[in-house]
Amino acid sequence: MAMMKNITIGQYVPGESIVHQLDPRTKILATFLFIALLFLVETFTGYALGALMLFVIVLLSRIPVKFVLRGIRPLMFIIVLTLCLHFFMTEGRVILQIWFLKLTYEGLIRGLMMVSRLILLIIGSSLLTLTTSPILLTDGIESLLKPFRAVGVPAHELAMMMTIALRFIPTLVEETEKIMKAQMARGADFESGNIFHRAKSLIPILIPLFVSAFRRADELAVAMEARGYRGGEGRTRFRVLKFTRRDAAALILVAGLVILVGFCF
Amino acid sequence: MPIRVENLSYTYNAGQPMEQEALRNVTLTIEDGEFVGLIGHTGSGKSTLVQHFNGLLKPTSGKIYIDGVDIFSKGVSLRSIRQKVGMVFQYPEYQLFGETVFEDVAFGPKNMGVPDAELNDRVDQALALVGLDLSLKERSPFELSGGQKRKVAIAGVLAMQPQTLILDEPTAGLDPKGRDEVLSLVAHLHQREHKTIILVSHSMEDVARLAQRLVVMAHGEIVLEGTPEVVFRQAEYLEAIGLGVPQVTRLLQVLKKQGFAVDPDHYTIEAVEEEIVKLLETM
Ligand SMILES: Nc1ncnc2c1ncn2[C@@H]1O[C@H](COP(=O)(O)OP(=O)(O)O)[C@@H](O)[C@H]1O
Ligand SMILES: [Mg+2]
Repeated sequence: MAMMKNITIGQYVPGESIVHQLDPRTKILATFLFIALLFLVETFTGYALGALMLFVIVLLSRIPVKFVLRGIRPLMFIIVLTLCLHFFMTEGRVILQIWFLKLTYEGLIRGLMMVSRLILLIIGSSLLTLTTSPILLTDGIESLLKPFRAVGVPAHELAMMMTIALRFIPTLVEETEKIMKAQMARGADFESGNIFHRAKSLIPILIPLFVSAFRRADELAVAMEARGYRGGEGRTRFRVLKFTRRDAAALILVAGLVILVGFCF
Repeated sequence: MPIRVENLSYTYNAGQPMEQEALRNVTLTIEDGEFVGLIGHTGSGKSTLVQHFNGLLKPTSGKIYIDGVDIFSKGVSLRSIRQKVGMVFQYPEYQLFGETVFEDVAFGPKNMGVPDAELNDRVDQALALVGLDLSLKERSPFELSGGQKRKVAIAGVLAMQPQTLILDEPTAGLDPKGRDEVLSLVAHLHQREHKTIILVSHSMEDVARLAQRLVVMAHGEIVLEGTPEVVFRQAEYLEAIGLGVPQVTRLLQVLKKQGFAVDPDHYTIEAVEEEIVKLLETM
């Protein structure tokens, strides 16, 4: 239970900052540009400049820095693993030997680079979801995918599916917690025993969860039909995305920085 | 087995932007054999409070004592606490999972270490208590009607034979008949089985009829406490925090305000009827 709450990737923190108010398409494109930057850069100076860019954006978004950094925590294991693999598996000049493990200079550099890249990647993409409501995010994706409809990409359907999934994730998390508590009140224990035992102890959670997910899906389908939903054709929108001058400025700024940093460092 | 909570505070998602203070400095004692009605507007912290009574939530600060023992001190088995303090959640039918009614009702006692040979008796007793036919034992709980499902879920808690029973809005979403059945089951458990009952509700009518003591919550705090007579005298305050008094009590209060000689300290239909008949006879 506690673990689910620690995952900040995909969470949205409502706010009124400049970053929050940007068009979702701007933020999605800027995120892609930033990710591209991470794969262009090859020096620590480059990563430091990337980090600086993120830091400025976090300040502008008025989300507590501590909260943004917390997004790294669930991925700590992968980060440490990456670090170790690079440290000890890279051929090169040995600078430290512990038993049969050889730490090489090249490994040290490669490991630190990879981890910087990983951390910036996580923070960069979580900034997108932290400042963009799920609804706007899917609207943005749908709008960006529209040109690809001609080649058979079902833009509207994909966006609708994403909207529904995102809408129901918190509901399902909440429901899981409720069911867990109810079964714990009946003496259920999800923490002790061997793997087989633990897997079996999940049955009293999973069955009620599936039953209610199917019930919800049914109700949702009926409610959508009752309100005349018939897919994306000819549908008008309540929230119309507006690409303003501010968006253009933000995008040009990010693109400029990415080109500058990406090709100079 | 008195339950005592001292200076209990609880905050959901502490330290995150979505932080939500749900309980603030709550102190309360529930004595053995009592029937306590816990009332308050939606979001006032009732469910959060009762989930501390059997250690499902760990307080942000404050202590919970059962039988004088701090339940979060070392060496206390939460499982045995949960056996003593049974908890029926809101919409308990959503937690059903067993292939058969028997399997579902036996889940609790089995976890408590009741031997297999005894399980059958436990299940039969619990089903009889909630008034379900024993022939349902081999049926799937998912085939039953809404009211029956709820009873199976309640039986699942009763089968652990808890001395104290917490019911969180047990009548929510039931039709009038189902509501009456559940309420008379709760009354039976208190009077005949001598269980301590904590009934959470936002319906004044439900609680007033049964509870000996009312605890009123608002904004995560206990704001009023006492017998129904004492609590319902504060009609205006109760309305201000989104509650009210039972309609029949309100009637007496209005009559009294208009100068009629009635005693407004009644809250069941029967007592109010008597009071009005008395009034009519004097006129
Ligand atoms: N799982 C949860 N996560 C975050 N906040 C919660 C959770 N459960 C309840 N709350 C909040 O705590 C407060 C008290 O809720 P609750 O104890 O459920 O009240 P009640 O049972 O009186 O309706 C409410 O403001 C509610 O939004
Ligand atoms: Mg509640």
